Order: sequence, then C-alpha cells, then structure tokens
Amino acid sequence: MTALIQVILVVAGAPLLVGMMRQIRARLEGRAGAGMGQPWRDLRKLARKQPIAPEGTGWVFRLAPLLLAATAVVAAAAVPLVATDAPLDGVSDLFAVVALLALGSVALALGGLDTGTAFGGMGASREVTILALVEPTILVSVFALSVRAGSTNLAAIVGSVAENPWAVLSPVSLLAAAALAIVTIAETGRIPVDNPSTHLELTMIHEAMVLEYAGPDLALIEWASAARLSVLLGLLASLFTPWGIAGADVGPLALLVACLALVVKVAVLGALLAAGEVFMAKLRLFRVPELLAGSFLMALLAVAASFFLP
Amino acid sequence: MTGSLLATASGLCVVTAAAALFVPDRIRALVAGLGTAAAGGFGVAAGVAAALGGRWSVWLPELLPLAGVRLSLDALGGVFVAVTGGVAVCTALYAIGYAREHGRVVHGVLPLFVASLLLVPAAASVSTLLVAWELMALTSLLLVLAEHAHRPEVGKAGVWYAVMTHLGFAAVLAGLALFAAHAGGESFDQLRAAQLPPAARNVVFLATLIGFASKAGIVPLHVWLPRAHPEAPSHVSALMSAAMVNMGVYGIVRVGLDLLGGGAPWWWLVTLAAGALSALYGILQAAVSSDMKRLLGYSTTENMGLVLLGVGAAGFFAVSATPVLAALALTAALLHVVNHAGFKTLLFLAAGSVLRATGVRDLDALGGLRTRMPSTTVLFAVGALCASALPPGNAFVSEWLLLQSLIHALPASGVAGAVTMPLAVGVIALSAGLAVATFVKAFGVGFLARPRGGQAERATESPATMVSGMAVAALCCAVLALAPTVVLPALTAAVSAVLAGPPAVSGQVRLQLNGVIGTISPLLIAIALGAAVALLLGALRLVANQRARRRARLWDCGAGPMTPRMEYTATSFAEPLQRVFDDVLAPESDVDVTPVKESAYLVERVRFQSRIPDRIEHRLYRPVLAATAALGRSARKLANGSVHHYLAYGFAALTGALIILAVLR
Repeated sequence: MTALIQVILVVAGAPLLVGMMRQIRARLEGRAGAGMGQPWRDLRKLARKQPIAPEGTGWVFRLAPLLLAATAVVAAAAVPLVATDAPLDGVSDLFAVVALLALGSVALALGGLDTGTAFGGMGASREVTILALVEPTILVSVFALSVRAGSTNLAAIVGSVAENPWAVLSPVSLLAAAALAIVTIAETGRIPVDNPSTHLELTMIHEAMVLEYAGPDLALIEWASAARLSVLLGLLASLFTPWGIAGADVGPLALLVACLALVVKVAVLGALLAAGEVFMAKLRLFRVPELLAGSFLMALLAVAASFFLP
Repeated sequence: MTGSLLATASGLCVVTAAAALFVPDRIRALVAGLGTAAAGGFGVAAGVAAALGGRWSVWLPELLPLAGVRLSLDALGGVFVAVTGGVAVCTALYAIGYAREHGRVVHGVLPLFVASLLLVPAAASVSTLLVAWELMALTSLLLVLAEHAHRPEVGKAGVWYAVMTHLGFAAVLAGLALFAAHAGGESFDQLRAAQLPPAARNVVFLATLIGFASKAGIVPLHVWLPRAHPEAPSHVSALMSAAMVNMGVYGIVRVGLDLLGGGAPWWWLVTLAAGALSALYGILQAAVSSDMKRLLGYSTTENMGLVLLGVGAAGFFAVSATPVLAALALTAALLHVVNHAGFKTLLFLAAGSVLRATGVRDLDALGGLRTRMPSTTVLFAVGALCASALPPGNAFVSEWLLLQSLIHALPASGVAGAVTMPLAVGVIALSAGLAVATFVKAFGVGFLARPRGGQAERATESPATMVSGMAVAALCCAVLALAPTVVLPALTAAVSAVLAGPPAVSGQVRLQLNGVIGTISPLLIAIALGAAVALLLGALRLVANQRARRRARLWDCGAGPMTPRMEYTATSFAEPLQRVFDDVLAPESDVDVTPVKESAYLVERVRFQSRIPDRIEHRLYRPVLAATAALGRSARKLANGSVHHYLAYGFAALTGALIILAVLR
C-alpha cells in the first residue's frame, strides 16, 4: 500500500520538482521562466510524437529507456519515503537500491553505445567513469549509517533515526550527509558535475548519451531522470530528517501528513539545489574525481567517527 | 556413493583421453566432448553427494610408491569438485563445435586436466595433493600451448606460465613438507592433529599462501594469468579461469583454516590485503584493456581477489572470536567462487565464439555482432550483467553477503578491524564500480553499434554445440542469480567443515542472515523489475503514440553519413578512467611525426602509439629477470670447454662435500 502511494507520488511529482527547480533558477537569473508545469507539458508533447528507430540501432537501444524507468519505479517503491515499514521487504536494502539505480545508468549507457555515434560513446564513457568513482562513497556512507541501526535495511536505518532525532546532529550523521549529498549531485547529473541544460559536446554527459532518443523514448528518459532525482532527494530527506514520516501500520491521516511532509522536504532540498546551481559553474570533467575523492574521505571519516565516537 | 561417483568421473576422463587418441579424426571432437561432459556430470553428482553429507575416504597403497594415494572428499572439497564438474560440462559441450581443428593431443589432454582438477580437492595427504597439483599444472600447460604453431606469443605465454606455476608448486611443496616433517606424518588427519611451534606455523602458512595465491592469480603473482588465458584455446581458458584458479582458494582455506586451524590475526589481515590489492589492480587493468580475453583474465584476478578478501575476513573473524561473521564471510567467499565459475565460463566461451567468427580479440576492431551473432550477444550480455555485480545478476548476491559480513564487524573487531573493514568496503565498492565500467565497455563496444573492421563485418553465428555449451552456463548463472538458496545447503555444509558455528544464511525465497540483521530477495528484485517494465509498457500503450517506428538518420552534425572510424572505441571509452588512474597505471605513449622531405613544417604522417604495461611486472619482475640473466651469463664463464677445468670442478666439489661432512660429523 505504501509502495503504491510512493510510486504515485513520485510519478506525479517528479516532473513538477524539475519544473520548480527550473523556475527557481529562471527567477534567480532574472528570467520569467516557463512555469512549474512545463516538464509535464513537454512529456505530453513527446509522448504524442511518432517513435523513431535511428539507423543501425537494435533491441538494446529500445530496451534501455524502459529499463531505466523501471529501475526508477522499483526504487521509488522500495525506499521508505512516507512510512518506515519496509514497503518491499527483501528489496529495500540500501545496497540493493543503489545497485538498481546503477543498473538504470548502465542500461542508458549501453543505449548510448548502441547508436555508434561519437556522442553516444562519449556520454556513456563519462557516465560509467563517474558511476565507478561514486560507488565507494555511497557504500562507505551506507556503512557509517548502518552501524547505529545494525543493518543496511533502509527501513531499519530510517526507523532508528526517527526514534532518536538528535542523532542527526552527530558527526557521523553530518559527515555521511555531506558525502551522500555530493554523491546525489553526481548521480543525478546536476551542476557542478554535469549540466542538465547544456548541449555542448565538450561538457555534457547525460545529454550526450540520450542525443539519439526522441518521442516516447525520450519522454521515458526525461521522466526517469526526474524520478531518480526525486527518489534520491527523498532518500536523503528520510535518512537525515525523518520528521513526519509515518510508522508501521498507521491510519490514512498519518500517511497524508507523511506525504505532505515528504513533498515539503523534497521541495526545500530541490530549491536549495537549484539556488546553489545559480552560483556555481560546472567543474572540468577531470576535476570531478577530486570532488568525489573528497566525498569518499568524508564517508571514511564518518565510519571512523562511528567507531571512535559512539 | 560419493566414492563410486568420483571414481566413475575420473575413470571416464581416463577412458575418454585414451579414446581421443585412437578414434578417427572425424568423430574425435564428438567423442572427447561427450566423454568429458559425462565425466563432468558425474563430478557434479560426486561433489553434491559429498557436500550433502556423504563424506568418503579411501587409501590406495599400490597406486603410488612409498606413500600410496589417499583420497577423501568432505563438504568443502565437494563444493569445489561440483564447481569443476559444472564448468567441465559446459566447456566439453562447447568444445565439440569449437575444438574440431585441434589435434589428438589436445583432445586427449583435456579430460586428463579435468581429472586432475577433480582429484585436487579430493586429495587427503600431502603427496597425493602434490601429485594431483603437478598433474594439473602439466596438463594445463600442454593445453595452453595448443596453438603454439600458429602464433609466436603462445610459446612465450607458456614459458611464463610454466615458470610461475612451478615456483608456486615449489612454495607449496616447501610449506607442506615442513608441515609434514613437524607432524610426523603426511595424511591430512595427522597434520590436523599436529602441534607445531608458532614459528613453524607461520612459515608453513606463508609458504603455502604464496604457492596457492600464485595459482589463484593474486597480485603480485598474477603475471602468468593475463598472458596464458588469452593465448590458450577459449574452452581451456574457461576451464582454467573458472575451475583451476579456484584450487588456489581451496588450498588456502584447506591449509589455513582447516589443517592449521586458524592461527594469528595477522595471517588473515595479510590474506585480506592481498585480496583487496588484487581486486583493485585486476579490475583497473581490465577496465583499460582492449583485448577481450586479456580483460577477462584480469577480471579473474579481481574476482579471486574478492574471494580471498572474504577468506581473509573469515579467518580474521574466526580467530577474533566472532564465529557468526566468520561463517558469513566464508559463505560469501564460497558463493562467489561458484558465481564466478558460472559467469566466467560463460564469458570466456562467448569470447571464444567471437574469436572463432572473427579471428580478432581486439575490442577496437569488433562491434556490430548484435545482428550477426544474436545468440552469442545475448549470452555474453547475461555474463556481463552477472560479472558487473548488478541485480539481477548472481555476483550481486555474493558481494552483498560479503559486504554484510564486513559491515557488521565494526562493533566487535577492535582497532585493527575498525581500520580494515571500512577500507575493505571501499575496495569492494570501487572494484564493483570499475567492473561495471569494464563490462559496459566489453559488451557495448564489442557487440553493439556497427562493425569497426572487416572481420567483424563478416562474422556469422557459431554452431549449435557451442551455443548449447554457453546456454547451459547461462542457465546456471540465472539459477544462481534468482535462487541462490539452492546452493546454500552445500555451502553451509562446506563452511561448517572448517569453522564451528551455526549456519550463516538461511531462507527460501529471501536470504536471511542468522546472528545479524539483514535480508535480501534476489527473486523479488527481479519480479519487481519485471512488474515495473510491464506497468510502463501498459502506460505507454495508453498515452504514447502507437505508430510504427520510423527509420531516421543518426545525428552526424550534417557532415554526411558516419563511417565506422568515427565510432567510439574501447580505448577511447576507457580513456577517462585511464586519466583518473594515471599515477597507478603509468601508460606509455609515443608520437612519431614524419615531415615531408621538402619542408619540416609539412607533416607527411603521424604515428601514435599508446600502451598500458602491467606495472607490477615492469617494476618487480624485470629486475629479477635481468639479475637472473646476468647470473647466467657470468656462470657461463666457468664453462669454457676445457676438460681439465671440468675435472677440477668435480674434484673440488667432491672434496668440499667430504670436508663439510667431516666437520659436521
């Protein structure tokens, strides 16, 4: 039941989140902006176009958007966003969710390679490079967070923080939060790692991979990117500020409150991210590993802190 | 039951080897393949029977002078015998179609190699183990040299392999001889009961660790592996990479945990560090390699590194009194051995299928095989998914278990554990990430897009026997990925054969850890993914445009149709990683500019060459080889051809020996 609510929330809300972030950027840069509903209008327009098959592409190219979107849906169902009882027991393990999201990225990278264009290959190569470097930070942060709960089960981690809200201010939690925030930015392709609004071959990563996609395929990819961003922001919110989240077996009122709290938290995080992007430039690709090494160091410090400062 | 099954398997191997020598050329591949596959099937049955409780032992004093042959199969050996049998079934079926051109020697030696692999885990005395070990080394060496007449590199690879494997053998021999001398007997039961002084225990462990690690391809003893695997015929590569390297792991577990019974914590931290180093170094070299079989060889080093990391963690937990975690880590390591055997067999066989169809191993010259070799492409994709440790692949399950054992270690394991375990988690994570990059490259560049060369353009699908061999391996991978619980009883029995304690993992659909909190359900993940895909397809039917796909030109910047030369290659794909890990890999490149005769400013042609040498080989082995060569040269001065000198040497040696004897007595 909670899984269904979460999927519906993410399906409906993810494009709105992206629209809101674009609107905030536009206003801060002195533009009028297209309005929060624009991503939904774009999706509708794309879905109505005739699908195309670029020459020389095959089943990998066609399957990639579906698999990407499917991993986003499963992640949305598995992460405890509105309630701490594990929505999909056996899937909602932090490692499993991270690996599922990586599977989505891999599918898209293979789709980019299947086109055989230089753009597709370039985007795929950069995407998997960043994916490989992000992995250690994620897993070591998970390690740090799981020490207190004694498990990597997401519901257990979120539940243990919900029971003891002040633990959020411990060094372990703060360091892990910083590390995971950097990783979230890298995974979702936001500034300073990737610029979602660029189409210059020297700078783009994600957009280079999806250059050959059009129509309904592109709609799926756009929606899945937005959903991944919402799920990861929601996960950050649940891990570090689980206020308002519903416990196990609660009534519809508590679930409603939890949904509202989730929307507010994700909106605040998205607004912060969008506002930060206005003041920052994209990093050179080969400076990104330094940023990720820094986040890995923070994650390692978080584990050390969890051992030495219990 | 176990005994008769194992005897049937070994007997079938010998009969097949003899038959392969005498049957006519026309049916030789068929006879050898079916015989070896049947032997492999009996091997699986023997291994499963042993793992599920049929412990069996026998002493055959007539077979070997002095010591006799002592065989015994317990659950631990059974797991390795079953894995070997499974790999043998797949490779033998595949070889019927693949190895048709090979001569009678190759067909005859292959079953003997399988027999030696089945006997190593069943050996129950030092001499039996060493004889089986040497038989394994010799038969595999002959098989590596199978194609030496066609390519000069094969001979060189064979020399490296022969030297490294015999140095490893010498280390194992030295360690076990010392062990047996202290124990006063050479059967494993006597060794188990022996009381050794601590110094001798340390020497025995380190010597056998070095010997067995060299067989497992552990850094820095891995140098033979990326040479021998690419040059061997592909079904032999699969057997070596999926079954033979496991024997190194078996040896370390058998001697370290079983016969020596634990030991000092630093033993296992050394093992863990060697495993972590191998995992990282192996996958890094694989990520930047553009030779498909070399890439797979380095990936073997990585996976054996992960297994050894698990074994090291298990030993460390066992001696630091956390038996729950020790059992969990060893279960994870053994499960990874099984998983690795499955996907590496599949990948090497698929690489061989590509090699047969195109004649090239260089990813930069491949591509476009998706339409030309559809079955091989799908099967390689399954193997690549498993190897990159993503769900729903099988390596994801074993790496998840391994991570669980490390993560739960923190509160209990003291400062050494608190420093080691987070780093080990980081190493596993980075190697998993790099494995993703490696296999996206291998599959995406090797099989997708358009052909980058004429040979790939003309490729055709392999014969049905080869595809069926790969399909069996893929089926095993799928079962292991979705229902890992089917092998859990055998693994639990194997773990409890060397470590005391309750079973670490239980469950049917969900894997449930015992003693620590953790559950995962690979089947549920796969079902959820399938349901999500169905949901999305339904949603697309409702809202999206339903017209047929229109063919469209690729975006070529308006510059006309794109040629295959404009495609991204494996080298360019790996370039960002190569730049990030520049300091570790130390790539070499030279640019050769030839100017036109009339003017130095007009360039006639530019030659660019870039290669990434194995740095450990350069730094560690080159100086040793140079020193050995120098020693040989200076020793040659002694042999100047004069008979008088030679007689004088003999006289001096004899008197010297007599004097030493006189002084010592």
